[in-house]
Amino acid sequence: MSIDYLDGNALAGPLGELFAVDVTAAIGTCAGCGAAGPVAALQVYGPEPGLVARCPSCEEVVLRLVRTPDAAWLDLRGAVSLRIPMPETRS
Amino acid sequence: MGIVSRGFFGRRREEDVKLPPGQYLTHDFPVLSAGPTPRIGLDRWEFAIDTELGETHRWSWPELLALPSETPTVDLHCVTKWSKLGTGWQGVSLDVLMENVETGAEYALAYSYGGYTTNLPLEDLLDGKAWIAYKYDGDDLEPRHGGPARLLVPHLYLWKSAKWVRGIRLMNEDWPGFWETAGYHNYGDPWREQRYQGD
Amino acid sequence: MPRLPWRVAKLVEIRQETATARTLVFQIPGWPGHLAGQHVDVRLTAPDGYSTERSYSVAAPEQGDRVELTVELVPDGEVSPYLLEILEVGDEVEIRGPVGGWFVWRPDHTTPVLLVAGGSGVVPLMAMIRARRAAGSSAPFRLIYSVREPDQRFYLDELANPDPGLDIAYLFTRKTPDGWARPPGRITQADLTGASTDIDSYVCGPTGFVEAAADHLIALGHAPDRIRTERFGPTGG
Repeated sequence: MSIDYLDGNALAGPLGELFAVDVTAAIGTCAGCGAAGPVAALQVYGPEPGLVARCPSCEEVVLRLVRTPDAAWLDLRGAVSLRIPMPETRS
Repeated sequence: MGIVSRGFFGRRREEDVKLPPGQYLTHDFPVLSAGPTPRIGLDRWEFAIDTELGETHRWSWPELLALPSETPTVDLHCVTKWSKLGTGWQGVSLDVLMENVETGAEYALAYSYGGYTTNLPLEDLLDGKAWIAYKYDGDDLEPRHGGPARLLVPHLYLWKSAKWVRGIRLMNEDWPGFWETAGYHNYGDPWREQRYQGD
Repeated sequence: MPRLPWRVAKLVEIRQETATARTLVFQIPGWPGHLAGQHVDVRLTAPDGYSTERSYSVAAPEQGDRVELTVELVPDGEVSPYLLEILEVGDEVEIRGPVGGWFVWRPDHTTPVLLVAGGSGVVPLMAMIRARRAAGSSAPFRLIYSVREPDQRFYLDELANPDPGLDIAYLFTRKTPDGWARPPGRITQADLTGASTDIDSYVCGPTGFVEAAADHLIALGHAPDRIRTERFGPTGG
């Protein structure tokens, strides 16, 4: 068995460059198997050549992030959805 | 550029060899991976070439080993900026594998056990430029370096040399692979420093 | 200004933790504060523009513009040997953060907490222990801290007199102190029994350690969604 990955906590800095909210606490649903869990619990390979986050249940790719000198490439094809906790707004 | 950290030079560089732009020399063999290392039993292993006409040519492990092999010594250039010079391999030239394959395709997509893909023009696989390699430095290729067999295309950045290769699909149209759809250059020539799209 | 800017961080204090680990205290003007368990990215830049970065957990709760990291030497690493052997008080690096909102403990949480540390995985857990003390929290805490040998324990003096309500157990994987009852070995299910399963767990360490500890907790009946994990892996250094 190879144990050569990190977890979704390692995405906090790279995704923090892009988003106003902390995406690692969001609940993602895998497009491969339907398993849901926090982005922080994904299995993450990288950081080079790019960050590849895989579902801990089925190992399919959920999220990819490549940082080039002038752009960030984010691929979320493997996620059905991301449920991002937000502070409640009063009406 | 950020502030310079006093006394920091990084782990790199011996300047007396000619390297592609932006590369530094390494003597170890770093392992980069985008997923778990696949474990493929040699009794189930096969390599295939699928043509644009719908034909598939297959080789089992014993059939691959029975083909004439070569022992190229090549330089490796990884897009993450390390280069490793004079690496010794053993494998079967794609010219041998393509000998009886009828195709008019211009593009190839290598695909791997574990789901990885990478694309390149078919001509970059021919004329002694590419191998299906199964030995490194005289030993069986270790799983972490792509064993039992990997594609070896040393004139392009190393991500084109697909580890755990399972087959090559020949196509009339280009089909960008795993890294090529995520910001990396479609061709990846280290001497022209084609790292990212737009380079 | 970018959302997560690189800030200049000046080293103001060094504390030796073990033969191969030091706590580095940086002063970072404009630091926005952080929660226990969060981490930062450290960037080093060479004179020719080459730069590289690594993530480190913060070792102490928010204290103005001071940020403490405990860094363990990774043999043949690129960044940790620089931070531990070359960087001196007064030198500057760049730091961005804090990042990570999942592996955090907030002082208003009153639920009992189990902390499980493998090696330098104790660093973010120590931030939680210190945050608990700073907040005067009475949430019951238990730390299970696995290291290879006795002299590889971080924060030994501070943990020798634990705060009320903090219980500490050491596990040694290769060599124990004289007369130690538990033989040296990797973490087992038995090491994690005894606690109620109605607790929040934080597990941090190398990937293999975290996998093993989390599997043991689940086997003991802990709910997977109450086990928070943070792995550090081979890409460190």
